[in-house]
Amino acid sequence: MIPTRKKTALATSADPRRSVTLTVNGESVTREVSVRMLLSDFLRHELGLTGTHVGCEHGVCGACTVHVDGHSARSCLSLVVALDGAEVRTIESVASEDGTLHPLQEAFHACHALQCGYCTPGMIMAILDHLESDRPLDLSDEGVRELLSGNLCRCTGYANIIEAVRLAAARMSLTVEA
Amino acid sequence: MKPALFDHVAPASIADAVAALAGHPGAMVIAGGQSLLPAMNFRLATPPALIDISRIAELKTLTVTDRAVVVGAMVRHRTVELDPAVARAQPLLAAALAHVAHVPIRNRGTVVGSLCHADASAEMPLLLLLTDGHMVVAGPTGRRTIAAADFFRFHLTTSRAADEIALEAHFPVLPAGAGWAFEEVARRSGDFALASVGVIVERAADGTARKVAIAAGGIASRPIRLTEAENALLGTTLNDETVELAAQAAAAAVTAPGDIHASAPCAASWWRRSSARPSPPHATAPPPPDRDRRRPPPARTAPPPQPPGSDRPTEEDGPDDPDPKEDGPRNIR
Ligand SMILES: Cc1cc2nc3c(=O)[nH]c(=O)nc-3n(C[C@H](O)[C@H](O)[C@H](O)COP(=O)(O)OP(=O)(O)OC[C@H]3O[C@@H](n4cnc5c(N)ncnc54)[C@H](O)[C@@H]3O)c2cc1C
Ligand code: FES
Ligand code: FES
Repeated sequence: MIPTRKKTALATSADPRRSVTLTVNGESVTREVSVRMLLSDFLRHELGLTGTHVGCEHGVCGACTVHVDGHSARSCLSLVVALDGAEVRTIESVASEDGTLHPLQEAFHACHALQCGYCTPGMIMAILDHLESDRPLDLSDEGVRELLSGNLCRCTGYANIIEAVRLAAARMSLTVEA
Repeated sequence: MKPALFDHVAPASIADAVAALAGHPGAMVIAGGQSLLPAMNFRLATPPALIDISRIAELKTLTVTDRAVVVGAMVRHRTVELDPAVARAQPLLAAALAHVAHVPIRNRGTVVGSLCHADASAEMPLLLLLTDGHMVVAGPTGRRTIAAADFFRFHLTTSRAADEIALEAHFPVLPAGAGWAFEEVARRSGDFALASVGVIVERAADGTARKVAIAAGGIASRPIRLTEAENALLGTTLNDETVELAAQAAAAAVTAPGDIHASAPCAASWWRRSSARPSPPHATAPPPPDRDRRRPPPARTAPPPQPPGSDRPTEEDGPDDPDPKEDGPRNIR
């Protein structure tokens, strides 16, 4: 028998909904959502953008990383209702429309930086935040490891991901910390 | 849908937010949500309403005066970390923020949210205490200022009343010429610290320490000032002997028992090894005159803390090789 769990008293039994407008991958979308809708669920369930993966739902694994207003953020730790007017960018927008891969995606391919691929969209979005910033990149072992430290990969052992970051930085001719 | 049912209010002004908080019994403030939403996703927190302060423009200002870095309640960790004026005025902020979670979390989480959350291992509470900073909060009866020493009560508990909203945190600037250090031990980059320590030392013209502030996180139920260690250095020239005494006093202040990440003998071993090591060079101050170039003990000297309620481990790390930074993690969560 399934044990019955006493529900904690909730002062509200309603599930309030709000109309929210955000820009996702350059397109304006308006939806009426529950105030407890997480951005990760919104992207996947409402918009069908299932490239954003969900692992832990408490900020630790990084699989759900997207960009909010130009910078990396955990979509599992963002309420859609708080993002009215925000600009969201997901993995689906990283390659060009004709399918040409971004240099970072190409580098992942070239370096075999993924196996099952579960962590990859989050990795790419987290790394892109750094590759697209105007601050010089620290491509030392420690620097790249620190950059990847918020994203867990259960398959690769990270070595090839580190190589991919370096290859992408070289191909994109980015400024590197001395 | 992960969080339990709640209502959401997003006021546009401080006055409206204070009124909304008073009008919703049991409601919680949400800023960046980087501590609150994990708890809500797991239904460890089930507030009936959230007062979302992210639309309040007045709370988004970061000001650097000649006295303090004033951080508004909606200023994100990353903004403070990368601000050049903050780095000049109070370099400890950027140094400590680099240890807070990971960049995507620092892009959303706020400094004031971290102070209100008041995790006993968190970096920002330690810094507010170290710098003798203060909080400004607003409630139905008006605004008040709370000194750091009175703000942090216990792990996850502050003296902010339930109907008050924190508006800003004041971190006094680094005194001219002062030396400083911030160090922490964590099993993995971005993890909460097992132990962390911040130090500010001001010297008199004769090279003796005129003012010493040492604060530690993760070693007690809240961030604490290591008064005994401060006193051990005060008036001395910070030579090997006085630094050793201060480090011993620091280690004696640890009230947290061992946990799964670090047992007591392991900690003692870190302490023995690191007391033989010079501190890393974090000082911005002109180096002290000639021989006394060492600053007070780095975090490695402090034995580790325990998350509340955790049991002592039955298995201990070998005392010979316990430094996690050098040898890799032994216990993986
Ligand atoms: C994977 C992970 C790792 C992390 N590692 C670290 C770490 O190493 N060190 C560290 O310090 N932190 C760490 N954090 C926590 C992170 O720093 C949070 O961003 C921060 O602690 C809270 O800021 P916030 O704005 O997100 O607050 P929220 O989550 O919005 O709020 C946190 C708490 O403070 C209250 N609160 C927030 N703002 C106010 C206000 N203005 N007035 C009154 N109450 C308020 C809320 O009601 C809530 O109780 C980590 C988080 C994650 C998910
Ligand atoms: S699912 Fe968001 S960080 Fe793991
Ligand atoms: S490739 Fe499988 S988790 Fe990273």
